[in-house]
Amino acid sequence: MRPTLILIGLLMPLTAASLLIGAAGIGMTGLFSDPHMALIMTVSRLPRTLAVILTGAALAVAGVVMQQMVRNRFVEPGTTGTAESAALGLLAVTLIAPEAPIWIKMVVASLAAMAGTALFLQLIRRLPPREFLLVPVVGLILSGVLGAVVTFIGWQTDLLQLISIWLMTGEFSGVIAGRYELLWLAAGAAALAWFAADQFSILSLGRETTTGLGLNPDAVMRLGLVVVSVVTALVIVTVGMIPFVGLVVPNIVARRMGDNLRRTLPVTAAGGATLVLACDILGRLVRFPYEVPVGTILGVVGSAIFLWLLYREPSGG
Amino acid sequence: MICVEGVSHSIGKTEILHDISVEIPKGKVTALVGPNGAGKSTLLSLIGRLMPLQSGRISVDGADTVQTPSRDLARLMAILSQTNTLGSRLRVRELVAFGRWPHHQGRPTAEDVQQVNDALVALDLIALGDRFLEALSGGQRQRAFIAMALAQGADWLLLDEPLAALDMAFARRIMAQLVTLRAAGRSVVVVVHDINHAAVWADHIVAMKAGRIAAEGPPQAVCTSKVLGDIYGMDLRVTEIDGKPLVLHHL
Ligand SMILES: Nc1ncnc2c1ncn2[C@@H]1O[C@H](COP(=O)(O)OP(=O)(O)O)[C@@H](O)[C@H]1O
Ligand SMILES: [Mg+2]
Repeated sequence: MRPTLILIGLLMPLTAASLLIGAAGIGMTGLFSDPHMALIMTVSRLPRTLAVILTGAALAVAGVVMQQMVRNRFVEPGTTGTAESAALGLLAVTLIAPEAPIWIKMVVASLAAMAGTALFLQLIRRLPPREFLLVPVVGLILSGVLGAVVTFIGWQTDLLQLISIWLMTGEFSGVIAGRYELLWLAAGAAALAWFAADQFSILSLGRETTTGLGLNPDAVMRLGLVVVSVVTALVIVTVGMIPFVGLVVPNIVARRMGDNLRRTLPVTAAGGATLVLACDILGRLVRFPYEVPVGTILGVVGSAIFLWLLYREPSGG
Repeated sequence: MICVEGVSHSIGKTEILHDISVEIPKGKVTALVGPNGAGKSTLLSLIGRLMPLQSGRISVDGADTVQTPSRDLARLMAILSQTNTLGSRLRVRELVAFGRWPHHQGRPTAEDVQQVNDALVALDLIALGDRFLEALSGGQRQRAFIAMALAQGADWLLLDEPLAALDMAFARRIMAQLVTLRAAGRSVVVVVHDINHAAVWADHIVAMKAGRIAAEGPPQAVCTSKVLGDIYGMDLRVTEIDGKPLVLHHL
């Protein structure tokens, strides 16, 4: 219970701060009397804040689902080729059918993400089970190869700037009403994970135990693949990839509460939202009134947290 | 009754089970014994549909393990594999509770909670219920996995070397527990390493050697120096205590 309370206690003031901080000043009193302020609130601040919360929550959930699927703590969709393959799909559709509506782009990116992640899952099935560090290594290599392909095509076609936002420095400064709503779908995919929470927990006990309990491990894998791929693709289409959220939040939650997803997923989602929101606000404040992309901030903050996690003993509790 | 008919199994080019046919009686404790590599785990996994059946036919109480939906089989039999590696951080009680999944699919009832509790009590795990599995000794963890299989409450309990890593007090306790299950109308198939656990507690013994059934029958028939000596390729003395055979394999 306590982690939930702490997170809600953090998330509420951060949400308020996110609504108030920005280049144009907003005061509590002016909000209802000044139409300009009200407009900024409904068109920009509120959508942005919601986008941040949805993204953070969905990415953290996708991270933990991925980790249960491959039974390894050191992976997230950004390090297993998922993000790069989504970007590859997005790039293809941008080049072939630039006028395609956003939902087509989203579908193509999701399908590409599924294909790339399925390839990763195939690759790691062949690894010796004891060599658990090979799993993230294979993920990084696959990400690297796919990323190089994306970069090469992007370089040839003058789309490098777009790609760097998709894959490295996701940011929310461009979010306005009408341009973030796809993220509700990402949140929906994460919610789907909650309904199947037990199945993912059982899957992490191994294929044999899963079968013994009457579940089809491949079916659970496919469900996880959909969740992870849809979340990643939608986040990339709308705001760009944000690193480390899917890695550090599930790790912190697992240390304190374990891996019974039915119990931990809400905490993981709230933790992801809190972390990204805090970093987004930080990004808006460091060089006020200019902004540092949240992806950059998380690159620094996330790697620091990750190192700290690596060197700290888990609590026994 | 578990009915195995003409089952062969190959991994790569090597055949490790050769045309096995055997019947395992219902309402009994059956011990599966044999030297390392005899194929006990393979046979048990095939019965428990953990691996695809390559040839032959297996049925459990008439339910064909290939045709019957996996979910229905999970209520008919619980299987504990020989190796249980953990991919996640779970508490003992959470692990055992997953044993009830086939019955409630995510919405545990009071009955499910009760069964989990009974399984924890049976394996003396109540005090460890809130501990993470990774913070337990190998034997304690093994008990948690046995409790999970027990909580599944299936008619058939298939256990692959449940006594590995257990101290002698717990080993005996678990064998006694299996006998209690039999009294409650359930059937047990257990792979045991120490032949004497089979000799003393089992009603029926199936002995395997090199991918074939080498002997089967009641302990008195299988646990003789001739039969066991052939299977294990060593000289053995067998005595009798309280009317049960006891194999002196240490000397
Ligand atoms: N993955 C595998 N690849 C090749 N051979 C295997 C594999 N698994 C088991 N075997 C072989 O199959 C035989 C039977 O194994 P197993 O059923 O585990 O024996 P038991 O449980 O009786 O000790 C052994 O000779 C073992 O070496
Ligand atoms: Mg074995």
